[in-house]
Amino acid sequence: MNHGPVIFLAAFLALTASWFGFVLMPDIQVGGLQQTNMVGVAATYPVERPGLAREGLDVYRANGCASCHSQQVRQSGTVCNVVMTDAGTNRVAVIDVLTQELPDTSRSEIEQMLVGLPKTVLKGSDRPKANRMVRALKSSGAKSSLSIVPVGPDIARGWGKRQTVAEDFLYDDPVMLGSQRIGPDLANVGLREPDARWEYLHLYAPRLEVKGSIMPPFRYLFDERKIGQAPSPDALALPPDLAPPHGYEIVPTRKAQGLVAYLLSLQATAPLFNAPLTVPPSAEPTAQTNAPSKNP
Amino acid sequence: MVSSQTTTQSPSVQSQSAATMAPNSPVPSAAVPAATDTQPPVPSPSEIDFSCRLPLLVLFLSGAVWLLIASAFALIGSIKFHAPDFLAGTPWLTYGRVRPAFIDSLLYGFCIQAGLGVSLWLLARLGQTRLNRRWAVTAGAAVWNLGLTIGVVGILWGDSSGFAGFEIPRYAIPLMFMGYVMLAFGSVVVFNQRRRRELFVSEWFLLAALFWFPWILSTAALLLDASPVRGVVQAIISWWYSSNLQTVWLGLVGLAAVFYMLPKLLARPLHTRYLALFTFWTLILFGTWTGVPASAPVPAWIPALSTAATVLTLLTIIAVAVSFYQTACDRSADALVRSSDQPAVKAQARTRTSALLSSPERLALWFVTWGVLGFIVAGVMRVLSTLPGLSETLGLTWFTPAQSMLNLYGFFSLVMFGAIYHILPGVIGIQFPSTRRVRAHFWLALSGIALVVLPLAGAGILEGVELQNPARAFVEISSATLPFLRVSTLGDLVIAAGHVLFSWTLAELVLKCYRARAVSAYKTATADLFHPVEVKS
Repeated sequence: MNHGPVIFLAAFLALTASWFGFVLMPDIQVGGLQQTNMVGVAATYPVERPGLAREGLDVYRANGCASCHSQQVRQSGTVCNVVMTDAGTNRVAVIDVLTQELPDTSRSEIEQMLVGLPKTVLKGSDRPKANRMVRALKSSGAKSSLSIVPVGPDIARGWGKRQTVAEDFLYDDPVMLGSQRIGPDLANVGLREPDARWEYLHLYAPRLEVKGSIMPPFRYLFDERKIGQAPSPDALALPPDLAPPHGYEIVPTRKAQGLVAYLLSLQATAPLFNAPLTVPPSAEPTAQTNAPSKNP
Repeated sequence: MVSSQTTTQSPSVQSQSAATMAPNSPVPSAAVPAATDTQPPVPSPSEIDFSCRLPLLVLFLSGAVWLLIASAFALIGSIKFHAPDFLAGTPWLTYGRVRPAFIDSLLYGFCIQAGLGVSLWLLARLGQTRLNRRWAVTAGAAVWNLGLTIGVVGILWGDSSGFAGFEIPRYAIPLMFMGYVMLAFGSVVVFNQRRRRELFVSEWFLLAALFWFPWILSTAALLLDASPVRGVVQAIISWWYSSNLQTVWLGLVGLAAVFYMLPKLLARPLHTRYLALFTFWTLILFGTWTGVPASAPVPAWIPALSTAATVLTLLTIIAVAVSFYQTACDRSADALVRSSDQPAVKAQARTRTSALLSSPERLALWFVTWGVLGFIVAGVMRVLSTLPGLSETLGLTWFTPAQSMLNLYGFFSLVMFGAIYHILPGVIGIQFPSTRRVRAHFWLALSGIALVVLPLAGAGILEGVELQNPARAFVEISSATLPFLRVSTLGDLVIAAGHVLFSWTLAELVLKCYRARAVSAYKTATADLFHPVEVKS
């Protein structure tokens, strides 16, 4: 009996199964991704990067910035905080609720909590407990809100407010997520260092801005030119040992301007349903009574 | 096109005594059918070797040149960790361009070319066929090299595609694709014309590899370059492509060479055919799904599936380890020979062993043995870096390049060096000019790989652990990894020295071969001129 074609077909299927799984399926699921609504804000996300930043993506690609920088913020989970914004009028009831919900806290500390609102009254808790507390506070007449806070070493380091998700890269081509952190993660560099001057100086002379940095300088992205009638507003303010000769100035080229515009546009902070930052407290359970609503 | 007897072949491979092995094949000679009566006689091994000479020399020599180029790029990149300002003023030598140029030169320049050369030779030898289309294959190698040269220059020029492991610019890909198809076509024709119809396990591996690379390359070229898919699908496809190339393709070709060379050099049967086939199926079933890191900003099922598949590649690793151990360390075959009553068998075994001890074959065996160990360790490192609980620490650190370097150098390149040292003397018809140089290459390669992989892995673990502590500034962490990275420069240097010896040996062999041919051609051409003189005297 001739098993050859069967074996050939089996090997073919074994190999190409991964093609269906990791090429076709993701394209069906993620390739058709559209703009989505942000949570709690009346805005859509993502929006396309501005033109100069799109040019900058090309500079980022050409110089292989992704060889040293990842754009992947990881989170290990989320915790819930409860923020009290208004204690209402029934102080005693609020204190009672807080004492009940926070058994480890002394009464004097709880009384302190009511001073200088808004204040975070519950930190790092799980969702059911936070929901219960928000409901209890509401019944006592206080106003509070529940916020969801992503946690993890990357977020604690200040590299982002939440994990990066597929939506953050929807309009980028090519998508360069990086595989290694020889330098810091850049998914939110526009949030960390929003100053274009800082970025220019850092590109021109990294160790001027970050002591001990191992980033190579990118001086070929800058021009040295003779000062015209007036110094350029973009000219770098360099210390004497790096300054150009008298009468000359260092100005960023179009490439450097694009790169910096791209870096400043890297801000993956929009709260999304699949990557929540803060969501309003869950709706009150309303199906408890058949009585007609007060405001029809 | 696959033989009808693949599964019906006798399972007695492991039970055959070493004495009945055909000297030129890892398959017992008893298994060769006598069904070739109606066909012209089977070509001798030296005839087959000779028919492959030109394409093999082109592939191996250009591979050696790419190794030297890759080493130069690796050194430039590595020195930047001693002095960040080193060559920083030259755009085309910035780290972000030199590093991809290094990886692509090594991967596409040496690994794939050497792999294709070894595949061609293995298919010809195992199928007992001459290569009849050597000019097509040689032209394919030339086109591939042309495409790759354009590609690497393009990367330095700033035209990199931006996808790790697939940085070759879009205008160079069609040439490389064409070159590959020409090369692979030659191999497939050789396979199709094979005289021995039943397949040895290596042929399974090689056929799957030959077929799979055009598939993944065209997918990447079409969906990343020609009409790019949207958003992170690009990243998923690029991970899929590069792990299918570096885990599956290199794994298939490297293991094909291992499963051929180990029994051949040890003069023992392979333990066992079924274990090797198990390796094949697990590699193509699970290896193809690896590569997506746990931190990827994609729907969660993708990294989860990838992690599960990566853990399942442990089956492949265990199968290779068991097969290697039983083939290399199991003494039963030797004992059988020793207890044999026939003096002829004993004498044959003794001469073979002593020849093994003194000849360069033994060095080839060393290369292959350490290559297998590299495969096992690199595979375990890959599993470790994706395990939940460890991936958060080891992911996105220097551990990843350490693993990839071990896979490229410590597994694939070592196996290829062994195979080339084994193949080349026969193909050229000249023994090694210097066994000492081959030995030096072996030790340089081994210590260089250790000096690259161990420090990088150490740097990765340190970086990963330190990054868990948000109080520690990033600059302090990167400074703490610097001593490790600087030691790895030494490793790059030692590896480069090994590559110089390798290229030197190759070049000397080829020069000797062509000088001998030129001398004999000159003698033939001038024989008539001298003949009358002799007649006079």
